[in-house]
Amino acid sequence: MLTFILKRLGQAIPVLLAIYTITFFMIRLAPGGPFSDERKVAEHILERQMEYYGYNDPLPVQYFRTLVQHIKLDLPPLTSHIGLTAQDIISESFPVSLELGLWAMAIALMLGVPAGVMAASRQNTWLDYTPMSLAMTGICLPTFVVGPILALVFGIWLRWTSVAGWAGPIDRILPSLTLGLYYAAYIARLTRGGMLEILNSDFIRTARAKGASEFRAVVVHALRGGILPVISFLGPTLAGLVTGSFVVETIFQVPGLGRHFVLAAVNRDHSLILSTVLFYAGLIMLANLAVDVLQVLLNPKLRYK
Amino acid sequence: MREKRPIRYALLVASASALLAFTSSCVRKSEDSSVRDRATRDGILLFGNQGEAPSIDPHLNTTINGMQVTNALMEGLIAYHPTDHNLPEPGVAKSWTHENATVWTFNLRDDARWSNGDPVTAKDFLYSVQRVLEPDFGSNNAYFFYIIKNAKAYNEGTLTDFGEVGVKAPDEHTLVFTLNGPTPHFLNIIKHQAWQPVHPPTIEAAGGMTKPDSNWTRENYVGNGPYKLKEWVVNKIISVEKNPYYWDAEKVSIKEIHFLPIDDISTEDQVFNSGRLHYQNSVPPSLIPIYQKEGDPYLRMEPWVGTYYYILNTTIPALSDSRVRRALSLAINRKAITKRILMGAPTPALEFTPLGIEGYTPPQVEGFDPNKARRLLAEAGYPNGEGFPRLQLLFNSSETHKQIAESVLQMWSSILNIKADLQNQEWKTFLETRTNLDFDIARSGWIGTWAYPDIFLNMFISGGGNNDTGWANPRYDELIELSNNEADPTKRLALLHEAEELLLAESPIIPLYHYSRVYRISPDVKGWYPKLNDNRNYKYLKLEAASPSP
Repeated sequence: MLTFILKRLGQAIPVLLAIYTITFFMIRLAPGGPFSDERKVAEHILERQMEYYGYNDPLPVQYFRTLVQHIKLDLPPLTSHIGLTAQDIISESFPVSLELGLWAMAIALMLGVPAGVMAASRQNTWLDYTPMSLAMTGICLPTFVVGPILALVFGIWLRWTSVAGWAGPIDRILPSLTLGLYYAAYIARLTRGGMLEILNSDFIRTARAKGASEFRAVVVHALRGGILPVISFLGPTLAGLVTGSFVVETIFQVPGLGRHFVLAAVNRDHSLILSTVLFYAGLIMLANLAVDVLQVLLNPKLRYK
Repeated sequence: MREKRPIRYALLVASASALLAFTSSCVRKSEDSSVRDRATRDGILLFGNQGEAPSIDPHLNTTINGMQVTNALMEGLIAYHPTDHNLPEPGVAKSWTHENATVWTFNLRDDARWSNGDPVTAKDFLYSVQRVLEPDFGSNNAYFFYIIKNAKAYNEGTLTDFGEVGVKAPDEHTLVFTLNGPTPHFLNIIKHQAWQPVHPPTIEAAGGMTKPDSNWTRENYVGNGPYKLKEWVVNKIISVEKNPYYWDAEKVSIKEIHFLPIDDISTEDQVFNSGRLHYQNSVPPSLIPIYQKEGDPYLRMEPWVGTYYYILNTTIPALSDSRVRRALSLAINRKAITKRILMGAPTPALEFTPLGIEGYTPPQVEGFDPNKARRLLAEAGYPNGEGFPRLQLLFNSSETHKQIAESVLQMWSSILNIKADLQNQEWKTFLETRTNLDFDIARSGWIGTWAYPDIFLNMFISGGGNNDTGWANPRYDELIELSNNEADPTKRLALLHEAEELLLAESPIIPLYHYSRVYRISPDVKGWYPKLNDNRNYKYLKLEAASPSP
């Protein structure tokens, strides 16, 4: 197992280097620079700013200098947040995105798995049709529709929750729900599919024939195998929850990394773009690795392959 | 069947309880309706402040949301008057005199203090002026100081002795500015944040006056304003609290201001509606008529010193003829745009300089006149639009810009029989395209830093940095130059009037509407008056419970 993990980590290095290289040159090709402004900057001022932030050096020099800075975790100053580096931004805002992602994941699992199991165990009844119809609705509705509706109903009409911010526990409810409901729908469908396959297998029939209760057959015997598709989905899901929550972070004014990620591109803050891309790439790799390890632990067959 | 029931119930209960447990555990039903009320009672102003400020260093910040914060943390020689943007409100300067509006002498008050207790001196101001002008510092705000004698040369590096720049501090409480020429509205100019001082020991401890990414604003903010920095969490909040060392601290009523960087205007609207803001910076345009119809007591619509206009690239053959440019202007029904697209908030603009500037009535272009537009286009060699090239109208990504552009194209098509295409670019790309004159017609907008015509008209001198039209006119340059050297305020404005007449007659720009400030504010906030420049002196604001939350 250790060899497997080390091998995967080793593979990540060239991938990260490729991502860094592609990102670096793509952002340099984009028109407009970090210092362009509605009110024109005088040439000599612009020259000074370019010099200070290292834009006057040849591109290969910039490429290797920035690469070394990222390896040494000594990141260059940002142009969109004066006095800060990407390290400051990531260390301050990533925990927020992670917390939001974990809450959303918890909601997705707590709603999606029971709903999928129920649908599979009561196939072609209202207990199957109802959650699956809701799941399909959840998949079709984007977060920028669900979010404002939830804010309107629970925040403004009922006044049960806050509609934006990230101060107290009450502020976590709507963004976590908005994100979580979307993934709960996927998880419900995946769980149902996995469970149906297992519930129709011979060993479940044998367990029932031997007198196992329905609860034991479904929850103890079938769920372990039926949940595997969901486990495979968890890596990309967690990565998606943490990295792809820009819309939800904007709707609910969550001070997470997702907003910085997009605004860095809008502001052409090259340093912040590079750092966040590398950070997210590393995160996605780690999430996928964790899922692979979990799958091996849950399915002994994989260990021997 | 009996044994299946526990599973069904268990799963149903698990699903429902998961949702309910998460929501109900956190719900504090009574809290939300009283967030604003409680803040009012606690003396905390909840201020919607657009997006995150890139900096709250007054010498580096160029954004309005950053300026809202620096105006709480810093105070210049002259402060903002509570009700009238034209009147000088004594700040650190308790009195002032001038000779021919060219040499200005300020007497600083003895009791002005920094937030660490140090006295505010004339030398601090001298240090601050030098900091902004230091070539190595690279401040975008340096050009505000070019009215000072030799300031431009020092900033450009052609003069290296700061002693030759026209600012002196003969003693601890006297500051003397010598300007390039008469500037009767100098007191209005120096209200801007760029003229606010910084605390020299703090700047030196954080890397010196030429360090452009100094982190003193994050780690040790020392200001001289009515408030001092309490907390800054990126994208979450900037909170300020009363500065006990402020010379006029007794007058400061509000204990804290929480600047909340809410960049999505729909979200900000919901936050206000849920009773969590005193001040909502922007109202979504689609909601303006609804709030108006409902008679929303919080809605305010006020003129703003800014103009939305189109710029024409006069270097391309079709737009090099002023008759064509005027025809394009005459074929636009501005009232239809402001009424149908902008929901009546802004006012149609037939002048470039906004209305409401004291002592100045701007000249106007002719309004919507389809017949005259057709006639001028024919005179220019394009009868009924024949032979007129297909142009592109450039705008940056925004639904409102797009709707206005579509409307204008439709007017040009139906009235002048000319075709044009829309060209949409995201912000930074748009800026580069416009700067490079790589467009035919482009959207633009300008907000006055102070309420005086020069901030608008100086833009269009030949080769001016913000003159993205390619238009150049020696007479116009001469009029601007003459106005800059005219000490008599009436004559000065007359020269600017003549320049604007020329600008409008030549029409390298087509003004469309004057901006307005559309915002919502709780009646709990007292002392908030309409201001053409939309600037506030926070020490005059008060919080008193006036009505229940909406």
